[in-house]
Parts: sequence; C-alpha cells; structure tokens
Amino acid sequence: MEILLKDNVAKDGEYMTEPQAISVTAPAAEDLPKEKFDELEAFIDSMETTKGALIAILHKAQDIFGYLPRDVQLYIARKLGIPGAEVFGVVSFYSYFTTKPGGKHTLSVCMGTACFVRGADKVIERLKEKLNVESNETTEDGLFTLKDVRCIGACGLAPVVMVDDKVYGRVREEDVDDIIREYRSQEGQQ
Amino acid sequence: MAKVRTNIMVCTGTGCLANESEKVIRNLEVILKARGYAEEVQVIKTGCFGFCEQGPIVKIEPDNVFYVRVSPKDAKDIIDEHIIKGRRVERLLYVEPKQKEKINRQEDMPFYKKQLRVALRNCGLINPEDINEYIARGGYEALGRVTTEMTRDQVIEEVKKSGLRGRGGGGFPTGLKWEITKKQESDVKFIICNADEGDPGAFMDRSILEGDPHSVLEAMAIGGYAIGADKGIIYIRAEYPLAISRLNTALKQARELGLLGKNIFGTNFSFDIDLKYGAGAFVCGEETALINSCEGKRGEPNYKPPYPAEEGYWGHPTCVNNVETFANITPIIMRGAEWFASMGTEKSKGTKVFALAGKINNVGLVEVPMGITLREIIFDIGGGIPNGKKFKAVQTGGPSGGVITEEGLDTPIDYESLLERGSMMGSGGMIVMDEDDNMVNIAKFYLEFTMDEACGRCVPGRIGTRRIFEILQKITDGKATMADLDALKQLAYMVKDSSLCGLCQTAPNPVISTMKYFWDEYLAFIKDVDHPRGEGKYTAENKAEIKS
Ligand SMILES: Cc1cc2nc3c(=O)[nH]c(=O)nc-3n(C[C@H](O)[C@H](O)[C@H](O)COP(=O)(O)O)c2cc1C
Ligand code: FES
Repeated sequence: MEILLKDNVAKDGEYMTEPQAISVTAPAAEDLPKEKFDELEAFIDSMETTKGALIAILHKAQDIFGYLPRDVQLYIARKLGIPGAEVFGVVSFYSYFTTKPGGKHTLSVCMGTACFVRGADKVIERLKEKLNVESNETTEDGLFTLKDVRCIGACGLAPVVMVDDKVYGRVREEDVDDIIREYRSQEGQQ
Repeated sequence: MAKVRTNIMVCTGTGCLANESEKVIRNLEVILKARGYAEEVQVIKTGCFGFCEQGPIVKIEPDNVFYVRVSPKDAKDIIDEHIIKGRRVERLLYVEPKQKEKINRQEDMPFYKKQLRVALRNCGLINPEDINEYIARGGYEALGRVTTEMTRDQVIEEVKKSGLRGRGGGGFPTGLKWEITKKQESDVKFIICNADEGDPGAFMDRSILEGDPHSVLEAMAIGGYAIGADKGIIYIRAEYPLAISRLNTALKQARELGLLGKNIFGTNFSFDIDLKYGAGAFVCGEETALINSCEGKRGEPNYKPPYPAEEGYWGHPTCVNNVETFANITPIIMRGAEWFASMGTEKSKGTKVFALAGKINNVGLVEVPMGITLREIIFDIGGGIPNGKKFKAVQTGGPSGGVITEEGLDTPIDYESLLERGSMMGSGGMIVMDEDDNMVNIAKFYLEFTMDEACGRCVPGRIGTRRIFEILQKITDGKATMADLDALKQLAYMVKDSSLCGLCQTAPNPVISTMKYFWDEYLAFIKDVDHPRGEGKYTAENKAEIKS
C-alpha cells in the first residue's frame, strides 16, 4: 500500500497488472486540467469526515470530470489514504460510474420491464443498427453515447428514450430515425 | 393568499414532467397574468396523481374538475373557458373507454373508485416543496404527539397493534423490527430509509418522495424516537434527481422550523437525517448491501445473522425500513392502530401501493386495500388490456417474483396468497402481459437483469444466473433440446437453494413460474425427436431428488 501511494510508481502503473489497468481512451492530460482537481480537492477538504464518503466523492468527481479516468481514481485514493484498488473496486461495482468519456449526447433507452413489454428491445436494436454501436459505446463522430438504463420512472409513456435530459415517450421503431436526425442536423447547423 | 378563489393543480411527477407539464404550468401562469387573474387563481405544482397514462394531469379546485393529457397549448382554453367563463373544457375530460362517457370528477373515475389512499394521501393534493401545505393537512402533529405524550414503548406498541408489515418486499412486521432494535444495548443507533427502489417498472417509492417527502421525514423521526436513534439516513438512487431535490428542500424546511434538529418540540429528543446516494446497483436494495454502500463500500450483501437490527451501520444497531412503510406511520399514530388494522386481510393489514404497467390501459400508481383481487386491480382500476387483446399473465414482485395467470386472478392479494401462487408481493411492481407476449422471452428478460445485477459474491449467483440466461438464450434461438429444459429446471432450483442473498435466491423465480404455467411455450421452441411431449423430470415437488 505504501508503495502504491508514491506518485511516480502509481503513475507508471508498475504495480498494476494489465487486466486491472483502467482504459482511458483520450489522452489523460488534455481534459484533466488542474482546476478540476482543485475543485475536487476543495470538495473533499470541506467534508466533515471522509469516513464512508467514498461514493459521495466519486459522484462529485464524475460531476466535475464527466467520467472517472484512472488518474482521478488514483488522486482520490491518495487523498483519502486508501489503496487505489479499493477505489477501483467501488467504481467498477456501480454501474452509475463510468471510466470512459462519453459522447456529446447520451442516448438512454429505458430497458425497464414496462418499456420492455411495450417494445423497447426493438427500439434499442434499431438504434444500435443506425448508430453502429453497442450499448455503452460512443459513435465514431463522438456525437452519441448509447446506453440502456433501468426504469426512469416514466412508465406511463413506455417505451421511453431519453436524449440527455429530454424524454421521448411512446417511441416506435420508426421514430428513432427522426430523433437521430434531429440531433445530427442541429450539429450541422452549428 | 386569502383572496385565492381557485387552485389549478398540475402534476409535476417525473412522468408528467416528461410530458411537458412544466410548460403547461408556465403557460398557465403567463396567461393568468395577462388576463389579470394572477391574484385570485393560483397554480400549484403537486406530486403524482397516479394516473400517469393520462398525464399531464390538471385538476381544478374547488370545482373538482379533472383534466387529462393536457398539452401546453391547452392552457389557454383552461383559463379562458374554465376559469373566466366557468365552462368546462369538454375535450380535456377523461373519457371512460368502456361506456365512452365523459367524466369530470376524480372520484367518479373507475381508476380512482376502488382505491384507498393512505400512503399516497397527500400525493397530488399538496405542493411537496412547501412544508406549510403539509402542516396544514395535519403534518408533524403525529411527531408532536409522539415526542410529548407517548413513551417509546407506547409508540412501538401502537405500530405493532396496527399489524403494519414492511412494504419493501419482505413483509416483516414493522413494530417488531422497531422493538428488536430498541432492545439492543447501544448508545448509537441508526434508522435508515430504503429508497433504492430497484425493481424496473416500479415507481411507488419515488412518487411518495416526490409528492409527499415530509411524510417520510416525519415517520423517520418517529421511528428514531421509538428505537432510540438520533440519526437517520435516506439511501436514495442517484437516478431519481427530482426526488433528491425535493428531499433536500424538505429537509431544509423542516430544519428551519425546528422539526428536525436539536430538542424537537422542546423535548430532549434530537434527530436529523442525512442523504446518501446509490450509484446504480440493484443489489443495494438488500439491507446489508445497502448498509455497506452507505459506508462507501462495494454494495455486497453480508450473511445474516447478525441482522442490521443487531449490527448494522458501522456496527451499530440499525433499523432499515422502506419508504412506503414509513409513509404509513403517521396515519397509524394519528388515527390509531384499530383503524389501520380494520383494513386488509387477517395477516396483511392496511393498503398497498402498486405500480401498474405493461399492457394495460391505465398505467399508473394505485393504492388499494389488501385483500382486493388482482382482477379488480387489472380490469376495474386498470381498465383492462388495450386494443382488445386477451390477458395472459401478470408479474408481481419484479425480477424476484413470478407470473400469475387467469386462474389466479380471483385470489385476494396479501403477502401469503401471492407466495402460495409462486410469486410474491415484492415492492409493488405489477407488469401486465397480453397474448402477444412470449413468456420465455419475459423470463429471459428478467434473468438478463439479475445476471447483470448479481453482485458476484457467491458462485451460484455469479455463475448460475449466467448459465440460466445462456440456456434461455439457446431456447429462444431454437437450438435447445429437452435435455436443456431439464438442465434449466435443475439449475433454477440449485441457484434458488444455494445463493447467498435474496437477490439470487429469488432470481430463478420467473423461470420456475413461467415453466410451471407456460410449459407449452418452452416446448414450442424445442425440436427434440426423442421427447416430443417433453416430460421434464424436475418439478417443484421432487426437488429433493435433484439435490441428491
Ligand atoms: C435483491 C433485493 C432487493 C431489494 N430491494 C429493495 C428495494 O429496492 N427497496 C426496499 O425498500 N427494499 C428492498 N429490499 C428489501 C430490503 O432488504 C429490506 O427487507 C427492506 O428494506 C426492509 O424494509 P421494510 O421492512 O420496511 O420492508 C430488497 C431485498 C433484496 C433481497
Ligand atoms: S420501465 Fe421504462 S420508464 Fe419505467
């Protein structure tokens, strides 16, 4: 544990075996500016106690950075004085935390039971085909990240697709194309 | 305030918000102002009315007119016609699909007629972001009475007498749980509200938190008083941003009025509540996993005993109760245990909230007395199956439950009767399926869910659920033989009997119950010349044989 806490060693990943390494697709330094780390540090310092606060801290970190790249996880580990593996263990356990940066828009398809029996599986298949990605992947142009989520609580509108915070209800397979086109053309205009 | 003659109540639950109710409100307010009625007519944002299928809902009081599927552009007619000229906007009234007649009063609608609202008593009636509205309806009186007039044992006795059982799924008697926690010798105790509602397609707890957050805070304080805890925690899913924000508002307001904090009602009882956020793991609804997650760890369950009541949060005695369980506490204190126990069946008292969804006309939230039949819920309240299709089955208990078919529709529902039918009460999700749904696919859907959500701590849960899913996949691909069906059954019982926690012990239920009631649908996928009639060896009755 002592060794892991030393900066240089942790960075080199010398003590991490390959499968444990956290994949970060973008070059780390670029979107991890120091101000963001400062903001995170201020948040941690403002806490009465960090005992049991790891999940709350990770929520905040994901808020700030948009995802939880390896450097951020290690930063938190060092700050709290716990092994990096413990942080990664928590990050990987909860599906809300992601270690990959997302696309510009997040397309979430509800795969809750209510939506499923009303045809959500067909909707997501169509999306996968149209965007040429699987769940939790980002399109090549970086515009969309496709996600399947559990009930978002709008079961009355099932099946439901959400683009960022906007909810599309009673979505039929055919509607998918319109939704994608809407955001693509917005992009074109800019 | 005194001048207000009419209230326009607009639902701002998640379902209606998704349907632009925010815009409806904005338009209503703008037009009211333009017409000069802003003083005497007030727009109130309420919690969920329950009738989500017909959202957004707008209700006018005291005229008692109930408008459905109101779009932002209808705001003009509501004001110009209804408010100013006193004429109802006919096209926005609810049309009863069977008789095709228009209904304008809420209590005349079949959807509401058979309901009995205890836990949802304030949802849709008050503005959840204003503590004064809650207090005006008798809020925090129960907490006052408890802390100033009742002893801790009296509170527990009252809850015990009411017969209230946990609404989170297990059905454990709440009074008894409080008593056990109270008896533990410890200076530090905790009371936790389980708001992790993980069953996909269920939204009872969320609606209560969004529509009436104070009812939960007040009940937690009462529970804290009874068991001797001065600290409460609400563990809520991060996926419920609206509920989180309303809870934060409610906590702030309650603290400002001294209803939470030090020396509540001038007594020496102090109590406060923290929020902890989940991070998307179904297993964290299980109480020991939930406690681990509260401590910032991986949300893996522990062996019980020790139960949380003995050794919970950071090793201290901890009482975990569900949101809806808490929502029943204040009415019990205010109206008495006898009143509560007069509702329901012999062993299951009171009411239960169900989230009706799937192939049903009236998707929404309903609260009914225990002992009502499924037929009444699905056909009278739920309005039956859309598009003239035939009812096939209803899944209760979410991924842990099973299907109930036509023949089970007339059983009065309570915890025991649903278990007898191979399903369970669960937290209250109710998914209706029609003749088009293939039950093997449904079972596969649930297993995919539990396979994803199994925490991985025990082998049967981690690997067993995956193997079950793979066999189901093979079946629906049309590649399976009778031997696979036998293996499936054996595996299902094995996982059920040997898993560590409730999640995986119940995970095979959808498979077992669909195999029992819809064996034909499994067979239809099988092309096996040796066993054309499919005499599977394994049944619930001879499962002892399988083990050996
Ligand atoms: C896999 C699993 C998931 C659960 N999910 C929930 C849940 O989402 N909400 C809940 O209140 N209880 C849930 N429970 C039940 C809790 O473990 C616990 O029994 C309950 O919170 C106790 O409160 P009650 O007595 O008021 O029902 C779950 C149990 C299991 C095994
Ligand atoms: S199941 Fe999709 S919103 Fe509830």
